[in-house]
Amino acid sequence: MENHDAGQAVKLSCRNVWKIYGDTSDSFFMDGNGNVDDTQAHVKKILKSEHIVANADVSFDVYAGEIFVIMGLSGSGKSTIVRCLSRLVEPTAGDIILDGENLLEKSAEELIEIRRHKMGMVFQSFGLMPHLNVIDNIAFPLKLQGIEKADRYAQAERVIELVGLQGRENNFPNELSGGQQQRVGIARSLAVEPDIWLLDEPFSALDPLIRKRMQDEFLRIQSKLQKSIVFITHDFQEALRLADRMAIMRDGMIVQIGRPVDLILNPVDDYVREFTTDVPWESVLCASDVCHKTSTSVRGLGRVPAATQIDSLLGYLAKNDKGVAVEAEDGSIIGIATASGVLEALANSSNVPPAQVKGTK
Amino acid sequence: MSKLKLDPGFLPWLGIILITLALIVLQDHLKWLTNYPKDLVIPFDRWLNSGMGFLITYFGWFFRGVSWLLEWPIDGVRIVLQSLPWAVISFLICMFAFIAAGWRLSLFALISCLYMVIIGYWSESMNTLSLVAISVPLAVLIGFGFGVWAFQSQAAKRIIMPMLDILQTVPAFAYLLLILMLFGFGTVVGLIASILYSFPPMARNVIVGLGRVPGEVIESGLMSGATHRQLFWQVRIPSTKRQLLLGVNQTTMASLSMVIIASIIGGTADIGWEVLSQIRKAQFGESLLAGLVIALMAILIDRATYGFAKNSSDYQPRYSAPMLRYGLIVIGGTMIFFFLSRFIPALDVWPRELELSPARSMNEGLEYIIINYRAAIETIKTMAFFFVMLPAKIGLQGSVSPFTWGFELQTWHSVCYAIAMTGLSIWCGVRFNMQLGFMLLLFAIFFFIGLTKMPWPAILIIYTYLAWKLGGLTLGVGTFLGLGFLVVSGIWPEAMLSLYLCSIAVILSFALGSGLGIWAAHNSTVSAILRPINDTLQTMPLFVILIPFVMIFKIGEFTALLAIIAYAIVPSIRYTEHGLRNLPEGVIEAAKMMGCSKQQLLWTVKIPLALPVMMLGLNQTIMYGIAMLVIAALVGTNGLEQIVYIGLSDGNFGLGLIAGIGLAIIAMTADRMTQAWSYKRQKDLDLQIE
Ligand SMILES: Nc1ncnc2c1ncn2[C@@H]1O[C@H](COP(=O)(O)OP(=O)(O)OP(=O)(O)O)[C@@H](O)[C@H]1O
Ligand SMILES: [Mg+2]
Repeated sequence: MENHDAGQAVKLSCRNVWKIYGDTSDSFFMDGNGNVDDTQAHVKKILKSEHIVANADVSFDVYAGEIFVIMGLSGSGKSTIVRCLSRLVEPTAGDIILDGENLLEKSAEELIEIRRHKMGMVFQSFGLMPHLNVIDNIAFPLKLQGIEKADRYAQAERVIELVGLQGRENNFPNELSGGQQQRVGIARSLAVEPDIWLLDEPFSALDPLIRKRMQDEFLRIQSKLQKSIVFITHDFQEALRLADRMAIMRDGMIVQIGRPVDLILNPVDDYVREFTTDVPWESVLCASDVCHKTSTSVRGLGRVPAATQIDSLLGYLAKNDKGVAVEAEDGSIIGIATASGVLEALANSSNVPPAQVKGTK
Repeated sequence: MSKLKLDPGFLPWLGIILITLALIVLQDHLKWLTNYPKDLVIPFDRWLNSGMGFLITYFGWFFRGVSWLLEWPIDGVRIVLQSLPWAVISFLICMFAFIAAGWRLSLFALISCLYMVIIGYWSESMNTLSLVAISVPLAVLIGFGFGVWAFQSQAAKRIIMPMLDILQTVPAFAYLLLILMLFGFGTVVGLIASILYSFPPMARNVIVGLGRVPGEVIESGLMSGATHRQLFWQVRIPSTKRQLLLGVNQTTMASLSMVIIASIIGGTADIGWEVLSQIRKAQFGESLLAGLVIALMAILIDRATYGFAKNSSDYQPRYSAPMLRYGLIVIGGTMIFFFLSRFIPALDVWPRELELSPARSMNEGLEYIIINYRAAIETIKTMAFFFVMLPAKIGLQGSVSPFTWGFELQTWHSVCYAIAMTGLSIWCGVRFNMQLGFMLLLFAIFFFIGLTKMPWPAILIIYTYLAWKLGGLTLGVGTFLGLGFLVVSGIWPEAMLSLYLCSIAVILSFALGSGLGIWAAHNSTVSAILRPINDTLQTMPLFVILIPFVMIFKIGEFTALLAIIAYAIVPSIRYTEHGLRNLPEGVIEAAKMMGCSKQQLLWTVKIPLALPVMMLGLNQTIMYGIAMLVIAALVGTNGLEQIVYIGLSDGNFGLGLIAGIGLAIIAMTADRMTQAWSYKRQKDLDLQIE
């Protein structure tokens, strides 16, 4: 969070959220207060009484206009937490704050209003209505609001264009490929022009080529619409392409939150490191990630912008021992990037066991 | 033997065998072991009768009011169907068949209608149809209501599910009288019985269908901002349409079969009554002709409603044009046929002198067959009776005599039998598994003593133990209480007679049916021949199945046995074939790679894997068997079903209902036990059966 630009407002916030499955799940908390002293101990206590802990003390903020990615192994509670965010699942304890108001205190009617106008959700297995064709599926949320047929079809046509499904309006879901069905799901969630967009593994059913294309389309749509997005994926490469910030989950708990590059450079433990292993580091790291702050003069050194990718600097650094000065957008100097700095960053993000080096103590 | 002793399940079985033998020995001294003492019988039937009297005295006006109300729509529909020219109705039926399932069914509908007209059963058929036409919409509505209620409230479900079970297992004859007494004589009895019997399948399908809507479809409905009501009507109901239409299909079939059965109380002048009265007059040609009308109607209604359900699954773009065109054709055709029938009276009412009735020549043909093959028919009958039915009923000890088997039963015969059977059981126990050995031993004892001569505590213990082993404590206790009810209400002997007939029928059906099923699974021609036969037998109202057997073998238990087998064999064939044809590919291939011969593959791999499915088939065979047993009371049996029937004809409501509940108890315990067994096997084998 410290890395985030100040000034951007928190859109959706998740505070100490717990979700326990079991007969007496409520008995573990006082008045739904999820702020416990020792999370680990509390989880142990709950597990001992044969309950399932799907989410434990989950807290994070989603800023307006950002893409927030959640990753984690299967069963780590990703789907559950987004379902808590939309209240499809009622959290056992904790608070969900949307635009400064507690979502959990909303009445059923208010919740319906919020879902109709503020939230869109894309489901892992699409969740399309089998009895409706493409355009009716997409216009379904509008129909529920009682919007006239002509108006809702006009609106549906707009989002159909956005996801590139023109010409398939009259097909039924069972006549579409998986990728097309998913696009119907995406279009439907966009039809009501939501502020918050929740996507649960939206691309996992697709083959790599289509997935790549969908990611591009997704970024294109986002650059146009600027929504606040929570995006679940299993694929770190995907996270890397899309995420502004991301969270890694394990056993219902959040292990680390940060920019993708923070997770690569400073993983808090081996679990997080596992996720980042196969990442092509040179396309991730940029000059500002490897530079050292310095008080000595940078006179005589070359200068590069902070966002310069490392792989394009390698040749220069190999020839210039002193390194290169890294400057911010306003022209001020952030620090100096050297060959050894690059190596150090690399060493941090690698999880190969260090070789036994003989000779020195 | 050492292996046997290690098995912890060994002792209870041994104990049960010893107790059984002890009880059999004691039987000669303690008479109450054979016959439960009369003075201890609890007079449930009298209580029921007086309760009924009370109900009629104080609330009779209410039921008669309902009856009066229902009379109106029935009469209305009947008058319309009767007064419209047959040509118009036939045209409408053909169009309906066409829209539902295409021109083939439409052709079938045309032939069926012409048959009804020409044979001269048009008016009776329309009477039946009018009852069905009223009962189906009401049953569908009621079933839908209960289904939705059970789906939404767990508490309601806990009451509704057993209620559905009871309505479907208590024989209709048992509650026909109740309805008759409450609502008074008339067509309304058939209507109410038919509604009561046919709404449960609808309710079940609603519950299943609503439960099966995928979670993400519901969630996406919620996220679209659906209110509670919108979610129900615009998400749940449309996405389960197919299941609902299947429910309508089953409800319609159940309704038709109950309308037919209810005609036994008479006064309806419908096709069921026609069949029944012809059977009673021993006019078999006529009864067969009328029975055929029922069969045609059943097939037509089944295929048409099923057609709607099937077509609903592939959601095709719905153009409004064909529907409009159909509408125009229907209206136009109706007008044309209506006016034609004004000018050609034969299209309005088919003239009597043009009616064709091959009944007389059929009767003559039948007589010819019976006279010429009397010897063969009699031999089959006596063989079956002396060597299978009688021993099962009163045991070898009672049935072996010079008159039947040709020799007197000597002590050394019995000793030989005992030694041979014990040996066989031990061999089975060691070779296959212990339980099989013990089952065989018990079976040998049963066959020697006879089911009706067994001491009732022994049967109670054996049955309860089995239920407990298969289905756990609840089933054990339930079975004990259920059988206990049979004992204390004094209908135990008749229950055993029902059990005896039904068991033979079920065992034979299952053996024959599995054999055919195995054959069909390995031979596509056999499969293709069996399928339409099975389809027809399954859609046929039970009455009709009786006719051919009664024609040849006359009244009696043997006829009942054959009729039950003819009906109950179908699920055994079906499930066996299905089970064998849908085995996991990998396992079969692996076995082939290990060098299994064809025989080995079948007996050591395929059948064990298919056994859970085959057990579900056995379960259905038992249910079908009991359903047919009830109807078979008409051709003269002696068990509970006969008491039910007598209760109906004598107006003894209490007695009939008690016997009906008795049959339901037998059916439900057998159902739960076989199902529990099948699921246990499934779990052990880690199989998935839909
Ligand atoms: N309705 C439920 N009842 C009981 N346990 C549940 C329920 N829903 C989820 N769980 C449990 O909660 C845990 C988290 O599930 P969740 O679906 O959130 O995992 P996930 O991270 O989305 O996994 P995947 O990547 O496989 O989708 C799992 O252990 C799961 O078994
Ligand atoms: Mg998930």
